[in-house]
Amino acid sequence: MKKYWSFFRIRFIHGLQYRAAALSGMVTQFVWGTMEILLFRAFYESAPQSFPMEFQALSTYIWLQQAFLALYMTWFWESELFHSITTGNVAYELCRPVRLYHMWFVRGLTVRLSKAVLRCMPILVFAWLLPAPYGLTLPGSFHTWFFTLLSMTLGLLFVVAFGMVVYISVFYTISSQGIKLIVTSLSEFLSGAIIPLPFLPDGIREFVNFLPFASAQNVPFRIFGGDLKGHDMYTSLLGQVFWLAVFLVIGQIMERNALKRVVIQGG
Amino acid sequence: MNSTRLYEKYLLIHLKSMMQHKVSFLLTTIGQFLVSFNIFLGVRFMMDRFKEVKGFSYGEVLLCFSITLMAFTIAETIFRSLDTFETIIGNGEFDRILLRPRGSLFLVLCSKIELTRIGRLLQAVVMLIYGIYSSSIIWTPVRIMTVVLMIIGGVAVFAAIFLIFASICFFTLEGLEFMNIFTDGAREYGKYPIGIYGKTLLTICTYLVPFALFQYYPFLYLTGKTSDSWYSLLPLAACLFLIPAGLLWNFGLSRYQSTGS
Amino acid sequence: MIQVEHMNKTFKVTRRSAGFSEAVKALFHREVELIHALNDISFTIGDGEMVGYIGPNGAGKSSTIKILSGILTPDNGTCMINGRIPWKERKEHVKDIGVVFGQRSQLWWDVPILDSFELLRDIYEIPTHQYQETLDELTGLLSLGELLRTPARQLSLGQRMRCEIAASLLHRPKILFLDEPTIGLDAVSKLAVRDFIRKQNKEHKTTVLLTTHDMQDIDALADRVLLIGRGRLLLDGTLSDLKSHRPKEEATLDEIIAALYRDYRI
Repeated sequence: MKKYWSFFRIRFIHGLQYRAAALSGMVTQFVWGTMEILLFRAFYESAPQSFPMEFQALSTYIWLQQAFLALYMTWFWESELFHSITTGNVAYELCRPVRLYHMWFVRGLTVRLSKAVLRCMPILVFAWLLPAPYGLTLPGSFHTWFFTLLSMTLGLLFVVAFGMVVYISVFYTISSQGIKLIVTSLSEFLSGAIIPLPFLPDGIREFVNFLPFASAQNVPFRIFGGDLKGHDMYTSLLGQVFWLAVFLVIGQIMERNALKRVVIQGG
Repeated sequence: MNSTRLYEKYLLIHLKSMMQHKVSFLLTTIGQFLVSFNIFLGVRFMMDRFKEVKGFSYGEVLLCFSITLMAFTIAETIFRSLDTFETIIGNGEFDRILLRPRGSLFLVLCSKIELTRIGRLLQAVVMLIYGIYSSSIIWTPVRIMTVVLMIIGGVAVFAAIFLIFASICFFTLEGLEFMNIFTDGAREYGKYPIGIYGKTLLTICTYLVPFALFQYYPFLYLTGKTSDSWYSLLPLAACLFLIPAGLLWNFGLSRYQSTGS
Repeated sequence: MIQVEHMNKTFKVTRRSAGFSEAVKALFHREVELIHALNDISFTIGDGEMVGYIGPNGAGKSSTIKILSGILTPDNGTCMINGRIPWKERKEHVKDIGVVFGQRSQLWWDVPILDSFELLRDIYEIPTHQYQETLDELTGLLSLGELLRTPARQLSLGQRMRCEIAASLLHRPKILFLDEPTIGLDAVSKLAVRDFIRKQNKEHKTTVLLTTHDMQDIDALADRVLLIGRGRLLLDGTLSDLKSHRPKEEATLDEIIAALYRDYRI
């Protein structure tokens, strides 16, 4: 446990040193969020009856998306890990007294958390100060807060577990670039990073909701804004648990097999 | 040897280098295509649901999107070195450039010609054709010229922004992420006519960073929302943005030579 | 002819300390430190001289090279090279100089060396016959023959360094700056590089200014040595002047330098 904590500490300090980078990142995300809301406002004003969710819930969704970008972004890859597999340097990692899967899982978690912790608060506070319906609206009930937190955790673990499968799949292929590319472009859209999933056309939307990617940011952000509640919320939470378990299992099986091959072939 | 010929030589070497990494080139090109295809899907589904946005139809939005995308892509292909100027400064390549008896900005531009953007350019062309086909614009010579001017003006504005970004690198290499607002952000949100985002933003994009001069106003003329044909010449005014950008570059360069960092 | 008089250069550096609380503190306040990279430096180097420029890391060697090559402007003092002020007439000045950085490459990674050379020919606008003549000569002296058709990434370090040096001499510069040209090379390549530099100096009267940590380079190449430490010029003399500082009879050149660093507290 201690070594994981010290890893987090190093990352966090590293992030602190670049204060200009942190500030500039926050400004960027704030502008991005504003643009996003202005865009949806234009659509709302053009045809309010076609809007699939409350405008307030949408604003909340967008601000959470900006604040917690680092937790759920699916286009972020540590090229170091890809590199260590393709060059065979991964063999050094195997000499350590920690299991590779655990080591990298914690690493993925840490990188995302340390980035998010540093940047989320100012954005959340700013967004909270904005006038309704453009700002971040806090839910009244304890119940909603609880399920949002639970769902955010599940979503984050899922994103990391999914990333692990992608990293490990490089053991089985030659081109990490190709995998990265296809996975990134698919997951971006299907997780609701481009437009929130409720805006997808009927038919496509139901299908996308069944896919694992809907278990990332889509669920917690919509619970928090009150768009997802009651029966649908519980189903979505179960879906998150299911997909998390599936990807954890797939990742570990793939790791075991891949390492066997590495050991046999001698890297 | 004049600069145009030298630029051609550089282009040739870039092509040769690229041929050594065909798979990587192909994948990056496809990647560029997929990323902007995602954005296209977003537009498609939104327009499907809402039918129109602030009076602009799907065909018109596509036309606007394709023009912005094309201008950005051309600018990025040529000026990519400025967008990655941090590395050129960081790894000492810029010092090497200063050791050559040529204009430093020219050699910086030569150092990178981003041919992988062809995937995105292709998409822009397809969308432009589709947009022309599906919008109900009556095409006149003036309107065709307007499209050309919009693209030229757009390339100039994006070039100026890349140049400003590079100039800032002379002063600091930290915290430059916010410049993404003007590059990726403008490409991203420039898919819709800028006017839909409201008055405040339109004012900013008219007087501060002249995105609207090459995108929104001439587009109003193109789609017949105004009959004032002067609007079609505004992209030329947008090109003036290159002047302050150039001055900033010169200022930054002289500072770099006095601090060397 | 290189004339440097009373040259000064200072840099501002922000400090970063280790530790968590220090990092938090640095979020609000940063200490700025002034570094005197060059402190009242004066020297003159005549045409055709070979000079070794030595000193520990951070002594101001690369700042000097940058100023002499026109990349950097000094705070004050004068610098004249062949009648020009380098940073004021940069484009004209750089036609006269060649610079080799031992740790950085000017060659294109993925294309044959010859393509890199031809691009340089076009950049410097070298007349075709002159280029061909220079290339033939360099190819012979540095045994580049086969290498010219190979991409830089497939060359060994020694082979690449030979190509680097050739690349810096294609436009026949009168002055050659070598920044650690033998770093990381094996014994054979080192000898080849040194041998070539000596010949180049003898036949074309090329002025050579060489920075290095390899004392054998100095022994083999430099008639004269400039020792710099903490931005100050500490010693300007011949190799035997340097050797007269030897702490004990049989001291090697490395030991002499180490003793000098100790004496000057640098």
